[in-house]
Amino acid sequence: MSKLLIEDKEVVIPGQILAEGMDYLPSNGAIREGDNIISTSMGVVSLSGRLIKIIPLTKRYVPQIGDVVVGFVKDLTYSSWFIDIGYSNDAVLSMKDATSDFIERGADLTQYFSHGDYMVAKIANVTKTKAVDITMREPGLKKLYGGKIIEVNPARVPRIIGKQGSMIKIIKDSTGCMITVGQNGIIWLKGPDLKNELIATEAIMRINECSYTQGLTEQTEAFLKERTGGKQHGVHQEA
Amino acid sequence: MAYTKRLDGRKLDELRKVEAKVGVIKTAAGSAMFRMGNTIAYAAVRGPREVFPRSMAKPDTAVLRCYYDMMAFSGAGERVRPGPSRRSKEISMVTAKALEPVLDLTEFPKSGIDVFIELIQTDAGTRCAGICAAALALADAGFSMKDMVCAVAMGVIDGTVVADLDKAEEDYDKGPVADLAMAMLPRSGEVTLMQMDGEASQEHIIEAVELMKKSIKKIYEVQKKALLEKYGGVKDE
Amino acid sequence: MNKIMKDYILGLLSKGERMDGRKLDEFRKPIKIEYGISTKSSEGSAIVHIGETMVIAGVKMAIGKPYEDTPDEGSLTVNVELSPMASESFEPGPPNDYSIELARVTDRVVRESGMIDVNKLCIKEGEKIWMVNVDIYPMNDAGNLFDACALAALAAIKDAKMPKIENDKVNYHEKTSKGLPLKKTPISVTVIKIGKHLLVDPLVEEFNALDARLTIGIDEANNPCAIQKGGDAPLSASDIDKMITLAKEKVKELRKVL
Repeated sequence: MSKLLIEDKEVVIPGQILAEGMDYLPSNGAIREGDNIISTSMGVVSLSGRLIKIIPLTKRYVPQIGDVVVGFVKDLTYSSWFIDIGYSNDAVLSMKDATSDFIERGADLTQYFSHGDYMVAKIANVTKTKAVDITMREPGLKKLYGGKIIEVNPARVPRIIGKQGSMIKIIKDSTGCMITVGQNGIIWLKGPDLKNELIATEAIMRINECSYTQGLTEQTEAFLKERTGGKQHGVHQEA
Repeated sequence: MAYTKRLDGRKLDELRKVEAKVGVIKTAAGSAMFRMGNTIAYAAVRGPREVFPRSMAKPDTAVLRCYYDMMAFSGAGERVRPGPSRRSKEISMVTAKALEPVLDLTEFPKSGIDVFIELIQTDAGTRCAGICAAALALADAGFSMKDMVCAVAMGVIDGTVVADLDKAEEDYDKGPVADLAMAMLPRSGEVTLMQMDGEASQEHIIEAVELMKKSIKKIYEVQKKALLEKYGGVKDE
Repeated sequence: MNKIMKDYILGLLSKGERMDGRKLDEFRKPIKIEYGISTKSSEGSAIVHIGETMVIAGVKMAIGKPYEDTPDEGSLTVNVELSPMASESFEPGPPNDYSIELARVTDRVVRESGMIDVNKLCIKEGEKIWMVNVDIYPMNDAGNLFDACALAALAAIKDAKMPKIENDKVNYHEKTSKGLPLKKTPISVTVIKIGKHLLVDPLVEEFNALDARLTIGIDEANNPCAIQKGGDAPLSASDIDKMITLAKEKVKELRKVL
């Protein structure tokens, strides 16, 4: 007889037994150990049929191909840049992935990206040993000018962005801020003034710190309405 | 006279007051405070980050490095000289060994994950409180763990097995005392830290391991509650 | 240094603003002190919170021999241990320049300002004195460790009770009701200069962007009793004058939380 020991949407801790018996299958954030299914994550249970998945509430960033991330130039060589993307290994941006321009041998690479420059980039490749390549050669990927950087837990990024970007759109519309949320939890933010930047930052940090709750969208909307007085800002030129 | 009544009146398997709080050090990836009686430990996780010297790095996983430290004023007697000592280095090493079996760090090859443990007040059982705090901090940071780690100093005092020795019991002078610091995986009951000072029979040692399985239930509950408190899993009653 | 954040900070300052919305001369709130967090082990202890910055300090006392040139004076030693626990940017290993400066400046504010009446720490002239050790541990660096360390030291010293002496030895398990002989209660306020702007209680990002800083210890008579200048840029007499004036103003707020 199999037995489910948790409910859907329940918050569980690492090591917690989720189910006994062979009827259930572990998915992300869970493993089978003998007869039991065990959580390996601090997160929320997501049940679908016989599949038990844990959606993490906290994690350290691990790059995956296709992730859009925010990072900065830590160092450069004669043919590539080392980009800090909040992972233990720096990502490599090679000349061919940096620009469609023809770069002459020995050219000064700082004219493209120099130390400390921030950028939105995409993870192009991750090897088995976790060497990471990134690219800038896709629409929307760019160097970031001005604004500020805030950091959140990468596990909270899906909530901050929301379904099809719904949550971040609410924050952008209410504050008039341009916001780029990296999958790595690094966020670039630039607004019309300090007041709106602070409101947008607080809205994001509330979602970041807010423990798992239902109705996050409503709460965020209410917060933004209270702080901004319900004004809506115009359309943004940036995603 | 056998040791049947504990100095502070606790039952033989009874722990001192256990408290924990997760997320106490805001800039750290994960952090926790763990208190066992008058022993108070803080732990904070930093990293994964580059390892220096490079030769220490492992190609297929992260290196877990622990740094156990007693604050200079946290000892029972005179001031403890600040900075690493042979004692603190050894405790740091066994702390890492106590935690490693539950961790899967293969997502972070070649990197280092640092766990800093500071004791702000001590009344025996410091390495155990440090391990309990560190396990919470690692879970808070979001590393993949297949179990928690619970640690407590068991004791054999004049032939009686007791849970959670305090300083007064460590110093008991009317009979032999063995201080048996252990860490245990709460689900399997497997032991990941075992250090004994003093003398005890084989039977008493096994009895202590068995008693610990019961005693750590309380530690596990407190750890779980502390994590759920931070992550919103505590339901309003 | 994070270029984007430095530019951001400079841009805001040109409009008289700070990244967390504070005024230039405003401390974070709340400033909180918890006393007696290690009473079982130490003679005195405290945790100081300034915003998210968190510092623990503790006092440990011992009986020792006086120096030959000061036979009737006890000793006070102030030390800061900058654990890598407190910040991603601190590395394990021997103390770096920053942690040594932090320890020295805190020592200057707390000890050299004459905070404790060392003559009253003499037990028997030429033979026995009290040695007071204050150890300070930043736990979380979210900015302004200089002021938080000095405040934590003062709080721990105020919290301290003299231990009992039995058979010429310290009985660490029993304390008397007597506190340490305080002569002054110096508090430090660090004023930083970025461009032409002066601000107090810097965040880490602001601290990293500073051109010059002045940490000023101020006693209860509102007189400076210790000073340390840091940063690469020089300061004019008028800068220093303004910084001391600002520090004297702000110290009143800090004094209220003690």
